[in-house]
Amino acid sequence: MSSTTNTSTQHTSTIGAIGAPSRRNTELGLLLFAVAIPVFAYANVGLAINGEVPSGLLAYGLGLGLLAGVGHLVVRKFAAYADPLLLPLATLLNGLGLVVIWRLDQSERLQQLAERAYGTFSPSAPNQLMFSAAGLALFVAVLVFMKDHRILQRYTYISMAVALVLLLLPLVPGVGADVFGAKIWINVAGFSIQPGEFAKIIIAIFFAGYLMVKRDALALASRRFMGLYLPRGRDLGPIITIWAVSLLILIFENDLGSSLLFFGMFVIMLYVATERTSWIVIGLLMSAGGAVGVASFASHVQARVDAWLDPFGCYKTSGACEQIGQSIMSFGSGGVMGTGLGQGNSDLIGFAANSDFIFSTFGEELGLAGVMAVLLMYGLIIERGIRTALAARDPFGKLFAVGLSGAFALQIFVVAGGVMGLIPLTGMTMPFLAAGGSSVIANWALIAILIRISDTARRPAPTPASNPDAEMTQVVRP
Amino acid sequence: MNKPLRRIAIFCGLLVLTLLIRDNWLQYAQADQLKSHEFNRRVAIERYATPRGDIIVDGQAITGSAATEGTDYKYKRTWKNGEMWAPVTGYASQIVGATQLESLEDGILTGNDDRLFFRNTLDMITGKKKEGGQVVTTLSAAAQKAAFEGLGDRKGAVAALDPTTGAVLALASTPSYDPSTFAGISTKDSETFQKLDKDEDKPMLNRALRETYPPGSTFKVVTAAAALESGKVDGIDSATDTPDPYPLPLSTKPLTNEHGNCENVSLREALRISCNTVFGKLSDDVGNEEMIKQAKKFGFDDPELDIPVRAAESVYPEDNRPQNAMAGIGQASNRATPLQMAMVAAAVANDGKLMKPYMVDQLKAPNLDAIETHEPEEYSQAVSPETAQALQEMMETVVKDGTGSKAAIDGVTVGGKTGTAQHGLNNSEKPYAWFISYAKADDGSSPVAVAVVVEDGSANRDDISGGGLAAPIAKSVMQAVLDSKQ
Repeated sequence: MSSTTNTSTQHTSTIGAIGAPSRRNTELGLLLFAVAIPVFAYANVGLAINGEVPSGLLAYGLGLGLLAGVGHLVVRKFAAYADPLLLPLATLLNGLGLVVIWRLDQSERLQQLAERAYGTFSPSAPNQLMFSAAGLALFVAVLVFMKDHRILQRYTYISMAVALVLLLLPLVPGVGADVFGAKIWINVAGFSIQPGEFAKIIIAIFFAGYLMVKRDALALASRRFMGLYLPRGRDLGPIITIWAVSLLILIFENDLGSSLLFFGMFVIMLYVATERTSWIVIGLLMSAGGAVGVASFASHVQARVDAWLDPFGCYKTSGACEQIGQSIMSFGSGGVMGTGLGQGNSDLIGFAANSDFIFSTFGEELGLAGVMAVLLMYGLIIERGIRTALAARDPFGKLFAVGLSGAFALQIFVVAGGVMGLIPLTGMTMPFLAAGGSSVIANWALIAILIRISDTARRPAPTPASNPDAEMTQVVRP
Repeated sequence: MNKPLRRIAIFCGLLVLTLLIRDNWLQYAQADQLKSHEFNRRVAIERYATPRGDIIVDGQAITGSAATEGTDYKYKRTWKNGEMWAPVTGYASQIVGATQLESLEDGILTGNDDRLFFRNTLDMITGKKKEGGQVVTTLSAAAQKAAFEGLGDRKGAVAALDPTTGAVLALASTPSYDPSTFAGISTKDSETFQKLDKDEDKPMLNRALRETYPPGSTFKVVTAAAALESGKVDGIDSATDTPDPYPLPLSTKPLTNEHGNCENVSLREALRISCNTVFGKLSDDVGNEEMIKQAKKFGFDDPELDIPVRAAESVYPEDNRPQNAMAGIGQASNRATPLQMAMVAAAVANDGKLMKPYMVDQLKAPNLDAIETHEPEEYSQAVSPETAQALQEMMETVVKDGTGSKAAIDGVTVGGKTGTAQHGLNNSEKPYAWFISYAKADDGSSPVAVAVVVEDGSANRDDISGGGLAAPIAKSVMQAVLDSKQ
């Protein structure tokens, strides 16, 4: 471990000055806004749809305030020097997500759709509130019980095994469930779980731990070829394995999003660990080759690509095309200022309007202005995450933080890009906004980990013990 | 490790930037296109979100709106006496869209018209619900009723105009349909529409505007106008130097007459008993080019005759000599809509000046302020006033003691012309009975001109003649207009 201490002392330049302010009061101030904005949004929806302030306003405000308050107190106690932006941003997004889910619960169109399909309609907002509370509980647990993120380093290979099991679970017959073509769900005891969301965090532990140990071998043992440092054949093993797993996900789970997420996260972490641009080039080539290969051989992937290329060309004949076409029209109909909460028709998208496609409702009802604000909030979370990685003093923490932030960025890109028709649609959901327990719980854990790493990074170094010799030294003046 | 970290930070920033650019593209650059995309149901949802404005005839609404139980469309269109008014309004159906006036004036009816923008913005601020405006038509309820009931169970159409302004007074077509029966979105609405659409009798065809027929002998008025204008005849009472039968030019086929003595008769007599020989020869004398010119002045060969609903183009094509001669009696390649023939009668009645037909008098905002009022426009000087007066004399003779006697109204000057157009190979199918006419008020001006076509009478074909089937309908329409003027 001597190398660890070595590197950490090398990279202390970005740490804040000793005695940095904790910024907890900043966080508290921001949290007030993060609670007030969704409360106003909630009142807005009620006024728009029913013409009255919703009766649950007080309970909702208190609930969200309680969650935020607990989160804040725990951070204040257990991670006093943490980044002040992460918790308010997550709270605000979670709160807005709840409001929009509640708004879609009020849609007669979706209610009738559910009744026709399943016989009954059950609102999603109460569940989402419960999941948010569970997510916050996990957030608290992570901060309370994980005093130092480096503990996770011990579980490098266990993490790999767990992540692989989680990723492959949806393929196990009887457990996996096929939801609108994407096999990224499992059914356990009546709950639908998206194991990929948890795997995202767990696999980052493995990558960080593995790369920290192997980075020198991967970085230094290489041959120069056409200006690039090419790794030795045997060092290609891990990246080929990860590539193969991500292709398997793409082919068998029919999910471009997860596939891109895991492979992209690995390439990012590999690049950061080795500082070798060649890994990026190799990674891009491999993912492009894999994507083209799969798209030309697997028919269900082809259907999604077709829907992406020309959603209106096959609008009348294919459900996939109609869904993405509806989503794009939803964005377009919102225009610059949006229709206002509760006044749009994004529920025309039908199934998955409040999960995979929740961003379309933001597009229609909050307009370009609202969507840009939300995207910038995500951007802030990502950049604060990378800032944390920069500030972290240990390579494991750096790799772990950049892995999580990178994966978060890729997820935002893949989901928002999918519903906006920028890339083929995938089965993942917007963190914090979309209805779905796995997503909200896993992402609260992700925020907790980033907060823990940033606390470690920003915490002032303990003051050196006073030298007992000092007092005895006397200055003798002539 | 910090250098690659900074690069990753930039990369992630670029990802977010890409999303922002894409969002601007969708929600700003493409927004208008997506808002009105053909697949975007919001367009229809918006259209039916508030009660639709009404179409007005004689100060009374002929349409309405009813609340529905669906989630998408809050209101649907209803019609009062839809069968009678369908050729005027068209339909506004949630399942198949809108046509004719309902479609053309959709902006006013839904309240989305740009001219209502300021008002709508005010309403939005004051929290008032958006409403639709009104479309006030020129039609006369009495004339429309007379036309629709006159046609009865027969297939046919009636178009009536006010010759002095061009205002459409009646526009009837039978068999008709009730647009209310498929205004909604249910399966039943869809089935009803499908059934109507496939019906062999074509109930949804607006025959008065959109169907062209061989005009038959009613076209002789146009031929007479061309002959008088070009000076091929000296006057309406001088002999025309026509043999009976008349050998068609460049052809061995002789043209004969149905009845009466037509040899060398005057123009007035030829129109009175509808001589084919005289008008065939005159058309040949005038020549194809001049005939086309005259027809155009009456509104033929105009592909964009919008009243504002577009009428089918009535045609008088270039053709060889025998065909041109036959066209002079309305039995060749020339075809006309009932509206077109009403325009011919109107131009004659209005001393040669043809007014542009129109059926929307006024567009009104939801608070009933007028947004736009139609000013009568001249379409053309179809014939000189002298020729027009000569034609009037002849047409009045037709009614007084010729084939059009059934259109005569006591104490009123009426001019008209019958027509019986043959159709089908070798005249195998039932002919079309035509009648065009106008009535004059005491001051000599004419308040109404009308064209009637009955596609096939239930009687056998020998009995079908414009005078027998169509003239009584024209008479009751004219009577209705005259009565309502008093």
